[in-house]
Amino acid sequence: MSEIKLPCDIIGKVNAICSEHGDDPKELINILHEAQHLMGYLPEEMQRLIAGRLGIPASKVYGVVTFYAFFTMTAKGKYPISVCMGTACYVRGSEKLLEEFKRVLGINVGETTPDGKFSLDCLRCVGACGLAPVVMIGDKVYGRLQPVDARHIIESLE
Amino acid sequence: MEPRQITLQIDHHFVTVPEGTTILDAAQKIGIDIPTLCHIDLKGTCIRNTPASCRICVVEVEGRKNLAPACATKCSDGMVVRTSTLRVMNARKVVAELILSDHPNECLTCPKAGSCDLQSLALRFNIREMPFNGGELSPRKREYTASIVRNMDKCIFCRRCESVCNEVQTVGALGAIRRGFNTTIAPAFDKMMSESECTYCGQCVAVCPVGALTERDHTNRLVEDLADPEKTVIVQTAPAVRAAIGEEFGLPAGTLATGKMVAALRELGFDYVFDTDFAADLTIMEEGAEMLDRLTRYLGGDKEVRLPILTSCCPAWVNFFEHQFPDMLDIPSTARSPQQMFGSIAKTWWAEKTGIPREKLVVVSIMPCLAKKYECDRDEFKTGGNPDVDYSITTRELARLIKRANISFTLLPDMEFDMPLGASTGAGVIFGATGGVMEAALRTVYELYTGKPLGNVNFQAVRGMAGVRRASVDLDGFELKVGIAHGLGNARHLLEDIRHGRNEYHAIEIMACPGGCIGGGGQPLHHGHSEVLYARANALYKEDAGKTLRKSHENPYIKMLYQEFLGKPMSEKAEQLLHTHYFNKSC
Repeated sequence: MSEIKLPCDIIGKVNAICSEHGDDPKELINILHEAQHLMGYLPEEMQRLIAGRLGIPASKVYGVVTFYAFFTMTAKGKYPISVCMGTACYVRGSEKLLEEFKRVLGINVGETTPDGKFSLDCLRCVGACGLAPVVMIGDKVYGRLQPVDARHIIESLE
Repeated sequence: MEPRQITLQIDHHFVTVPEGTTILDAAQKIGIDIPTLCHIDLKGTCIRNTPASCRICVVEVEGRKNLAPACATKCSDGMVVRTSTLRVMNARKVVAELILSDHPNECLTCPKAGSCDLQSLALRFNIREMPFNGGELSPRKREYTASIVRNMDKCIFCRRCESVCNEVQTVGALGAIRRGFNTTIAPAFDKMMSESECTYCGQCVAVCPVGALTERDHTNRLVEDLADPEKTVIVQTAPAVRAAIGEEFGLPAGTLATGKMVAALRELGFDYVFDTDFAADLTIMEEGAEMLDRLTRYLGGDKEVRLPILTSCCPAWVNFFEHQFPDMLDIPSTARSPQQMFGSIAKTWWAEKTGIPREKLVVVSIMPCLAKKYECDRDEFKTGGNPDVDYSITTRELARLIKRANISFTLLPDMEFDMPLGASTGAGVIFGATGGVMEAALRTVYELYTGKPLGNVNFQAVRGMAGVRRASVDLDGFELKVGIAHGLGNARHLLEDIRHGRNEYHAIEIMACPGGCIGGGGQPLHHGHSEVLYARANALYKEDAGKTLRKSHENPYIKMLYQEFLGKPMSEKAEQLLHTHYFNKSC
């Protein structure tokens, strides 16, 4: 069992989501989609709970969660940082920018800092190619960034 | 309604098949052996994996632009198929080369070498170099459990293990996780198999075409023990081994090799060669007594007693209900499996008789099974840390050892087991086939319950390969209803029924592997041919029919064991040495 114990109200909500979808294994992706909104991620215990409700092995649920990039098993940081790796941003140096974020935060893509403040992800195009390279932090867009800006942004948020 | 018959042409031969037949099956009918890799369909059993994903079986179909996978393309009337054109052969070769480009070049030291389907294809397609370099999957998990070794670097993603684990066995321990270059087959949350619901039935190993899933090998340990003059090494052989070991030496499936197997074990240097069949007879004494006890109490109106009684010989089945049905741990018989009963008696009664101290006695078992390896390791089967059965090796491992010891198996004379632990009746022999334990129990329970001799000992209704079978037996006016299931998916259906109060049986036999132990995860590989399993089962029934004694309670050495040592079935001593208890292992 995972170390994370789900709060009672979350368990109730997950059960309710499954019920709304008729506890149908074919609805797994929709159920996971809604369940992820509850806590921002899908902890092991939540996946086991869903597997039990739908009568399918936990390995199947985990297989789906790890297949789709949208689903995540790590809690996002207070400031979720997403670096755009779309074509325009990429050719304007987003890879170096991403490396700098990794270096400064000391984490890899898909991870969260131990203090829970920052998490790092990639995304594909937010439709602001004119501002390339672009980084989104929460709902805020930062454009025309250079690698050196990574540290400044993080410090401004701390 | 009979399906419509259609005629097509494959490689200039006409063939008529029922509508719905695949090109692969139609070709097989006329002796054209189209190569496959991911596909497996063990006809007559529930073992199937038909994802049509590897593309090794492609053929040319006239009028069709692309090559068609023979395993998934249905025949149509007038179809013209070519299975060996230059285009087809090149396409197959490239597919195999691409698979090989991400497969470790470890054939020389791979435990699957010689029986690997990928290796066979490379040879068959005349692949002499590796033209594709570049992207390789990142290194994968390796794991050594008590029973199964998992080396995911060798996995080719045929998904056979996943189908067997999920659809056939409904265990759900293995599944594909992640995607692209990071894909692997693993238990939930990428944990170890030992932390999952895995029952160690070994059916994933039985269908793995490559060396990704293999058995935990104990042959080196055995060689060392046999060479140690301080140790007395004794061996017990499970019923299903004698019906399959011959296949490893080129004998046709279904060859009974009991005598040669005994001779080979003597040649290897075992001090005594005994038979698990003896312990199978003992199991019937204990399980039969327990069944009669529960039945009599039930018929006497005792509301406490729970029926049906379930057999408990199969360690994978025990693991299954401990993980998946922890609310029903009081239903299975408490009788230990024959392997463990043998170890227990060998290290007490027999050791005392012969004066060999427990710590100098090594009990080895030859099993068709991988779960038996795990079973030896269970703490409840140890005395002061010393296991009743030291370790178990599979039929395949024994065959390798015989070859390694320069023994020409087919030229060996037939030899007999040693006494007293090598004495058995026909009832013990049929334990190896699905339905056999129930049939053996019926032979004894009938006589003990009615007090009358049983005329015909053959209970045809419990034999066969149907996934679930039911039969009624007239016990002097009382209709005893029994059920048989093989394959854990079939077992699950019966258990769900019992859980929801829909039970029609007094007793049920369950075996984890399709076909029973003859189809166990430690047996010579069937490579998708189910006729091999049928032949092995027939061989066991043949050995049974040829025995003078065919009822467990008539085994003279079993009688001696009770007289000298145990008293009677379910006595205090028998409870202590031959029975067990179960644990809640739900995740």
